[in-house]
Amino acid sequence: MSVSLSQDDVLKVASLSRLKLSEAEVNSLGQQMGSVLKYIAMLDELNTDAIEPMAHAIEISNVFREDELQTSLPREKALSNAPQTDGNYFLVPAIL
Amino acid sequence: MDYTVIIGLEVHVQLQTRTKLFCGCSTKFNPDHPNTQTCPVCLGLPGALPVLNREAFHLGMKTGLAINCEIPAFTKWDRKQYYYPDLPKAYQISQYDLPMSQNGWLEIELDPETREKKKIGIIRAHLEEDAGKNSHDESGRGQDSKVDLNRCGTPLIEIVSEPDLRSAQEARTYLEELKLLLTYIDVSDCNMQEGSLRCDANVNLHVHQANGETVPTPIVEIKNLNSFRGVEQAIEYEVQRQWKHWQETGLSLKDVPKETRGWDADRGVTLEQRGKEDAADYRYFPDPDLAPVTVTDAERERVSQELCERPADRRARFEESYQLSVYDAAVIIDQGLAVADYFETVAESCGNGKQAANWVTQDVLRELNERGLDISKFPIQPDVLAALLQKVNAEEITIKSGRTVFQELLNYPEGVPGIEQIQNIIEDKGLALVSDTGELDSIVQAVVDKNEKAVADFQSGKQAALGALIGQVMREIKGADPKAVRELFIAKMS
Amino acid sequence: MSITSATASELLAKMNSGEISSEEITSACLDEISRRDGSINAFLSVQQEAALEKAREVDRKRKAGKPLGKLAGLPVALKDNICSEGVTTTCASKMLEHFVPPYDAHIVEQLKAADAVLIGKTNLDEFAMGSSTENSAFKTTTNPWNTAYAAGGSSGGSAAAVSAGFAPLALGSDTGGSIRQPASFCGVVGLKPTYGRVSRYGLVAFASSLDQIGPFARDVTDAALILGTIAGKDRRDTTSLDAAVPEYTSTLEQPLKNLKVGYIELLHEEGLHAEVKEATLRALDVYKSLGAEMVPITLPHAKYCVATYYIIAPSEASSNLARYDGVHYGYRAPHFENMIDMYAASRGEAFGDEVKRRIMLGTYALSSGYYDAYYLKALKVRRLIRNDFEQAFQSVDIIATPVTPTPAFTIGELVDDPLAMYLADIFTTSANLSGIPGISIPAGMSKNNLPIGLQLLAPPLEEERLLRAARMFERETDWHLKRPV
Ligand SMILES: [Zn+2]
Repeated sequence: MSVSLSQDDVLKVASLSRLKLSEAEVNSLGQQMGSVLKYIAMLDELNTDAIEPMAHAIEISNVFREDELQTSLPREKALSNAPQTDGNYFLVPAIL
Repeated sequence: MDYTVIIGLEVHVQLQTRTKLFCGCSTKFNPDHPNTQTCPVCLGLPGALPVLNREAFHLGMKTGLAINCEIPAFTKWDRKQYYYPDLPKAYQISQYDLPMSQNGWLEIELDPETREKKKIGIIRAHLEEDAGKNSHDESGRGQDSKVDLNRCGTPLIEIVSEPDLRSAQEARTYLEELKLLLTYIDVSDCNMQEGSLRCDANVNLHVHQANGETVPTPIVEIKNLNSFRGVEQAIEYEVQRQWKHWQETGLSLKDVPKETRGWDADRGVTLEQRGKEDAADYRYFPDPDLAPVTVTDAERERVSQELCERPADRRARFEESYQLSVYDAAVIIDQGLAVADYFETVAESCGNGKQAANWVTQDVLRELNERGLDISKFPIQPDVLAALLQKVNAEEITIKSGRTVFQELLNYPEGVPGIEQIQNIIEDKGLALVSDTGELDSIVQAVVDKNEKAVADFQSGKQAALGALIGQVMREIKGADPKAVRELFIAKMS
Repeated sequence: MSITSATASELLAKMNSGEISSEEITSACLDEISRRDGSINAFLSVQQEAALEKAREVDRKRKAGKPLGKLAGLPVALKDNICSEGVTTTCASKMLEHFVPPYDAHIVEQLKAADAVLIGKTNLDEFAMGSSTENSAFKTTTNPWNTAYAAGGSSGGSAAAVSAGFAPLALGSDTGGSIRQPASFCGVVGLKPTYGRVSRYGLVAFASSLDQIGPFARDVTDAALILGTIAGKDRRDTTSLDAAVPEYTSTLEQPLKNLKVGYIELLHEEGLHAEVKEATLRALDVYKSLGAEMVPITLPHAKYCVATYYIIAPSEASSNLARYDGVHYGYRAPHFENMIDMYAASRGEAFGDEVKRRIMLGTYALSSGYYDAYYLKALKVRRLIRNDFEQAFQSVDIIATPVTPTPAFTIGELVDDPLAMYLADIFTTSANLSGIPGISIPAGMSKNNLPIGLQLLAPPLEEERLLRAARMFERETDWHLKRPV
């Protein structure tokens, strides 16, 4: 595992994360992430080739709901927390 | 130097459930009432959690089995992460490395003349949730875009074909056959106007060079194909564009990453879509909010049993069992399951497949078209039509009278006419075939007496005169058997 | 004993005997909040009017002899990452400063059905990420025992509220220790149930495969009481377990026979504060004196818990927090160049440092080229950690450990050293990774007069065993009776 994060690495991850960072943040995050990743590298000691990954804390399967209608929210409620609407739609700056 | 066209299709089909894939909101197409079919789950509100719709999974299995896929014993849900305003959670719940069906095929007929067929491989078919709908400002003034989340969370099955298609026509045929199949097995209405069936095409060329080498051109994914014509035209356009581009630049698959282009149906061109940064890194990982699904052999078997005969098989059987022409069989099958069932009931009960096909493809389909009706709303039930055809077959009425009865049945004022109405109409209108020579004789004699000139003409060899004479009798007695009348005339005038 | 230091069961008994009304209890709590929360900062919002109204309604029902819920008239505080309809739910983030959920979390419905009085929403580390509530965008909760010290976190507000006398009961969420650690720091009982025992529907997700809602209370009996009302299958949470909920309170006083208590030799490792170690050993002695058998166990992968946790939790968090993009709800930056910039600016401005750190770490761990080395690897080690517990629970009934390596630290002490803060989760993260239940109970006081907790762990769905074992200890000790002055 690589443990040092360059400024470019940090900026690439920030872009994937949609986070606008100040220069100071880029520097401190690079350092902090680096030290955490260095610590995390201890997992390399373990051979896990034959181990099944465990994505859930408790193993369950086949949980369904029936195809039955539930009441939807009225539009005012659906839009009530939106930063910008026209009363019918969520509005965002021009996408194209 | 020439080239081979290589096409693979990714088809998104909306499954016919009442509610969304992970919440109880309606899946009804409802663009006129934006943001009225949402809840905390499909709005992606903090704290809300998805729960899988059993019916959606069931329809997914049905689809997978219909396209000859394996249904693995274990399947799971993954998050596909990207930012877009129509995706409120900023991830789409989909399936990544363990889809619910894989390794299937669909057979298409390449040429109705030669009947040459081809199996198109299907890599996988997986379930996922649809996004909402963004509408962009078309004025070019950069106004805000609008987001409607009614569609967000609707169940889709994405069917990914192998790159086995070799022409725009083949791609279209594959898509038509797929649509027909999915409507037959009743998993989707495949309504392309409403976006229930959408298609992306991956297209490139294998250029065969003079030295015997084959060079692949860069792969282009064409998005936004929402009609059969669009699929065909976009691929044709793209093939020409790539060929020209290859001749100009010589750039191959190795030199250029996969490109995404959008089909502009109005201008008839594909246009480069502005590269979305990070688009390639979806950071898939198993969705911790959802449990995996396991499928047993017994469940797989049970769903297989639910599948009706596939349209291709039925088409072949119609040709074989009812001696239908290739054309008639295709017309009936292409009308969908209900029309095919209608036809088959008529054919079985009247005992004459060809006759049933003639009536269904001509009279019934014409009326459906003119009246804008669905077969389920057609006033003449298949057993009634069969009874009518039997009367024609048994020469109880003429074909012409049969059509009259058909019209009367259609206009029957009191609900759906029963079989007994056929006889009532025949009697009311006096359509019963009269071949009793005694009854006909006096009328024929009267006509002969009244038409000296015509009789003379006939006797001097003008066959045409006979038709006019027969017509007069037929006007007199609607159900007169024209054959018997003709014979009487000839006997009297010779 | 005063109203504000009484336990929930004591208050219920007094209400049932007519000695006191819910309105009086609620008013006493509200008074205490207005008098002292200025220095404790446990609450982000107090629903004074609604609480009093509900209290009066319960009093009327009680008077009229109508059927009442199990928590009738008892004030309950909710961590502010639990959605309550019509009540601002901020997650202590500028991002959700004005977010008003249009729906109730499952447990809020349960509490309302149990006639609880929802008194206010408590402070936390932003989006529950942290161990001190210093990461709250709005205020830092202080330790009621000494306001120079941290209350712990992330459910610091709920722990402090119960400790300080603001509410007899509170709910929090625990992703890596966020209930047990502040309970330990504040000297109250804190329970993290089995993953899936309590529905997460309406709990704002931090790390979905680790998050679990649980109670804070002044003693084990109260914890059992409230757990019984919030546990159970909820069809809206796929991961909630379809298992019967025992009457936890009915068996609580029955000591466990032939109890085998597992303990880890890891106690001798460096970094463990002497007073914590001492308290833990003393607790083991209490069990020994009750006839329990002490069984040394090994959890060979315990030392990998923090590393594993700090891959899985940030990875899931990076995904769960992606939805806060200024489109459908939450903060939108006032200035931006285009849509992508709007996303990045909104998130950059509204998230605090710790949240950004974890989003960045998680995004990195899931990104192309790193997934196998980090995320997938962590999922595999997670199984090894869980297997350790399965193995251990074959020979013991419960496991006793410290909750934290040290008693409460001072505010600001670790704020500049994220890794040191993370390492303090060494004893708590394993229960979340394995999905097992864990409880923190008061088990000592440091010489600085700060509480020290004891953690007990049990196999999945064995909350009843956990509570009974905790109660056995509680009956023999008086740590749970201590209140801050
Ligand atoms: Zn919904």
